[in-house]
Amino acid sequence: MNRSTLALALAGSLATAVASTAFAAPLAPEKMAGNEKCYGVSLKGQNDCAAGAGTTCAGTSTMDYQGNAWKAVPKGTCVTMKGGMHMGSLTPIKG
Amino acid sequence: MGLAASQEDFAQALLHAERPMPAGITTARGQADAARFAVYRNNVHVGLTKALAQRFPVTEQLVGAAFFTAMARLYAQDNKPASPRIIDYGDDFPAFIAAFEPAAELAYLADVASLEAAWTRAYHAADAGLLDLSVLAAVAPDALPNLRLAAHPSAALIRSPHPVGSIWGAHQSATVPPMEAWDAETVLVVRPDMHVNVHIIPAQDGIFAQALFGGAPLGEAAEAAFAHEPAFDFGAALVGLHALGAFAGIHQGDVP
Repeated sequence: MNRSTLALALAGSLATAVASTAFAAPLAPEKMAGNEKCYGVSLKGQNDCAAGAGTTCAGTSTMDYQGNAWKAVPKGTCVTMKGGMHMGSLTPIKG
Repeated sequence: MGLAASQEDFAQALLHAERPMPAGITTARGQADAARFAVYRNNVHVGLTKALAQRFPVTEQLVGAAFFTAMARLYAQDNKPASPRIIDYGDDFPAFIAAFEPAAELAYLADVASLEAAWTRAYHAADAGLLDLSVLAAVAPDALPNLRLAAHPSAALIRSPHPVGSIWGAHQSATVPPMEAWDAETVLVVRPDMHVNVHIIPAQDGIFAQALFGGAPLGEAAEAAFAHEPAFDFGAALVGLHALGAFAGIHQGDVP
C-alpha cells in the first residue's frame, strides 16, 4: 500500500468507526461503561484489593530464612484448573 | 564507628545472612546473640515476601501459598527493593518467575504475574485526561499516518500465548470456575478514571496498540497490525481503544 492509499484507507476507516459511535467527544466514565461492551471483553475485577503493599510489618517467626531448602511444588488453583483439560499446557498456543 | 556507618553495617547484616552480626549489638546481658539477630533478618524477608503476596494475589492462588512463599523468598534473597516505596517492589518478579524452573510447568504463570504488576502500576499511575476523538477525526487524511498518540499513563498491554485475562478474571471471585477455552489473549490494563480496568482485546489490535504505545505513528502501527491480520479494522481498533481510555492525547508537536 503506498502512502496516499494508506492515508485514505485509514481516514476512511476512522470516519466509518467514528460515525458508528454515538459520541465523538471524550467519554465520561459512566458513558464509557456502556461503550465498553462494544469493544473487547471487560473483566470484572476487585478494585478494593491488590493495590499493593503500603505497609508491611508482619512476621515474627524465629526461623532464619536461610534454612529453607527448595521442596515446594505448586498446589494452588492450577491443579484444579488442570482437571479434564490441558491447563498446565507446556506448549504455548500460537498467538 | 559513626552513626551512618553503623546504620549501613546494620542494614547490610540484615540483608545478607552470611555477614557477621553488626558490631556492638548485644542483648541486655552484654552478649552478642546471633539467634535473636536472625529474627530481624527473617522479619525483613517475611515483610518482602508478604508485599509480593499482596501485589500478586492471583499468582499466589495459582501455585498455592506454600509454593508462592518459597518462590518469593528466593526472589527476595537476591532482589531487594530499589525504591523506598514498597508498592514498586516486584516489578521484575514476573521475569524471575519466567526463569524459575520449579514453576516451568505453569507456562502461563509469568504472564499472569505481569498482568498483576501492570494492575498495580496502573492503580498508582498519574491521572490524565483522555484523547479528544473529535480532534483526531478532524485531521486531514494526509496527516493521519504520521500522527503519534500519547499512551495514557496507566495503560499497559500483556500479549500472551495463554488466556492470561481469562485466568485472571476467573480468580476475581471466591470460587474459581473452570476454564472453558484455552486461547492466546491480549490484555489491556488501564485506569481512565478511578478504577483499574482489565480488557481482553483482539490480538491484531494489541499489536497496533503496542506499536502506538512505543511511539510509532498511526500509519506504521496500522501496517504492523495489517501484517498480522489483513482483516485488521483500523477505525474500529482506534475508536475502541480510545473508548477504553488507552490514549491521553495526540503527541505534542504532531497536533495539526
